Amino acid sequence: MSSSRFIITVIGLDRVGIVAGISRVMAEHSVNIADIRQTIMKDLFTMIMQAEVKSAGFNLAAFQEAMAAVGKELGVQVIVQHEDAFRFMHRI
Amino acid sequence: MPIHPEEILETIKMVTNEHLDIRTVTMGINLRGCSHPDIRVFNEQVHAHILSRAENLVRTTEAIQSLYGIPIINKRISVTPIAIVAESCRADDLVSVAETLDRAAHDAGIDFIGGFSALVQKGITPGDLRLINSIPLAMANTKKVCSSVNVATTKAGINMDAVSLMGHIVKQTADLTSERGGIGCAKLVVFANAPEDNPFMAGAFHGIGEPDCVINVGVSGPGVVNAAVRSLQNPTLGDIAECIKKTAFKITRMGEMVGREVAQRLGAQFGVLDLSLAPTPAVGDSVAAILEAMGLESCGTHGTTAALALLNDAVKKGGAMASSSVGGLSGAFIPVSEDEGMIRAVQRGSLSLDKLEAMTCVCSVGLDMIAVPGDTSHATISAIIADEMAIGMINRKTTAVRIIPAPGKKVGDMVAFGGLLGTAPVMPVHNFSSEAFIARGGRIPAPIQSLTN
Repeated sequence: MSSSRFIITVIGLDRVGIVAGISRVMAEHSVNIADIRQTIMKDLFTMIMQAEVKSAGFNLAAFQEAMAAVGKELGVQVIVQHEDAFRFMHRI
Repeated sequence: MPIHPEEILETIKMVTNEHLDIRTVTMGINLRGCSHPDIRVFNEQVHAHILSRAENLVRTTEAIQSLYGIPIINKRISVTPIAIVAESCRADDLVSVAETLDRAAHDAGIDFIGGFSALVQKGITPGDLRLINSIPLAMANTKKVCSSVNVATTKAGINMDAVSLMGHIVKQTADLTSERGGIGCAKLVVFANAPEDNPFMAGAFHGIGEPDCVINVGVSGPGVVNAAVRSLQNPTLGDIAECIKKTAFKITRMGEMVGREVAQRLGAQFGVLDLSLAPTPAVGDSVAAILEAMGLESCGTHGTTAALALLNDAVKKGGAMASSSVGGLSGAFIPVSEDEGMIRAVQRGSLSLDKLEAMTCVCSVGLDMIAVPGDTSHATISAIIADEMAIGMINRKTTAVRIIPAPGKKVGDMVAFGGLLGTAPVMPVHNFSSEAFIARGGRIPAPIQSLTN
């Protein structure tokens, strides 16, 4: 594990309040948004965020649980993964 | 360089739609320090030692699974071949050792433990014989213990006395687990050139050249390769090989990352990354489906061996580029019961035992998870093993036989084992006898290519 950066992927049907709901939970866990991109493909909302964890007491399991819960409320799938999962696969 | 959203979505699609997973994180544990003449003391030491090494294995693996969002399906342990460490025990049988391993596996919360094993390619010691004779009852009395016996190597030849004995052992193991379709045989494998660092079951054991404690990782992904090959527009076979190689590279990188992180957190050495396309009963997660994606109407028809050779080689090339720690088996597995495409191929008559044998010449293991009629004789089982061992010995590769003479079943019946072990169609064997050949015993000498020193 080379950093404390996470990739948060949100996939689902577009509706009002997705970005607000997701970023509220991130703020509650002191997770900073370093980069955010979103696209809408055939009504499917896809948001990819690069997030940075600043606080030393960060609890990944609790954060993932909270993100899954807010995702459920909003009707979208939220996946939180350490960025190395992508860096290892796609970069040498 | 930032990671592109398309790359992120590609990885997520591999996991969510195409069944990419880390099939197993297997901890190899050296048990050589546990030897003791009193088998009760030996068993206590084995149990305590396994738990002291593996107490955090499951917790750590689960933490890594959620960190990277990559499913880790099985947590396993392999131990030094029990025939070696229990050689000095004053006991007639070693069933209690298997029961101890089962209890340790249960207490550690893992899925399987391998190493109820013996290496007898050149001869059988009294300890080896006690272990082999204990296998049927050991497999019947335990749930998580896997057993393997290495009966041949390229350097030593084939121990035909051991091959003959294993025919009887396989039959007895099936009989003692007859109420569950002979499931004991699904946990028993006979090897030529067994690798010492293989993380996959039923053949995992902690080889004698291994360190004290090691993490080996098995990655799978036939579904990912299948989807990648099917997405190509009118490719040549060269294009397909290139596509498989690139896909194998990506999968291997993922496994290496997970393996190193688990090993570092557990204070163990990172051993090998074994990229083996191990199918599961899920639709599309199938090696047969990849072969059919290359243009074969049904797996097992003419051309299947060539297609499998291409697949196996491309997987190895991609893996070797991605990691310097590639080991174990690394290739394509063709277990019949665990691959819905193989099952279908058998049912529609395109895939026979003979064709499977030919396929094992070019892929990573051997005749795997094959059910044959319950009345198949021990000599025929031994002869099937002997053929497969000969392929491994001559081709300097690992081959294995995991065969289930399903009690009370006949050709065309299905035997369900459940979970990853799947459902096996009962396949016909040749009806001509091999009995006199097997009864001769002795050793098939090492082939000329062993004389390389």
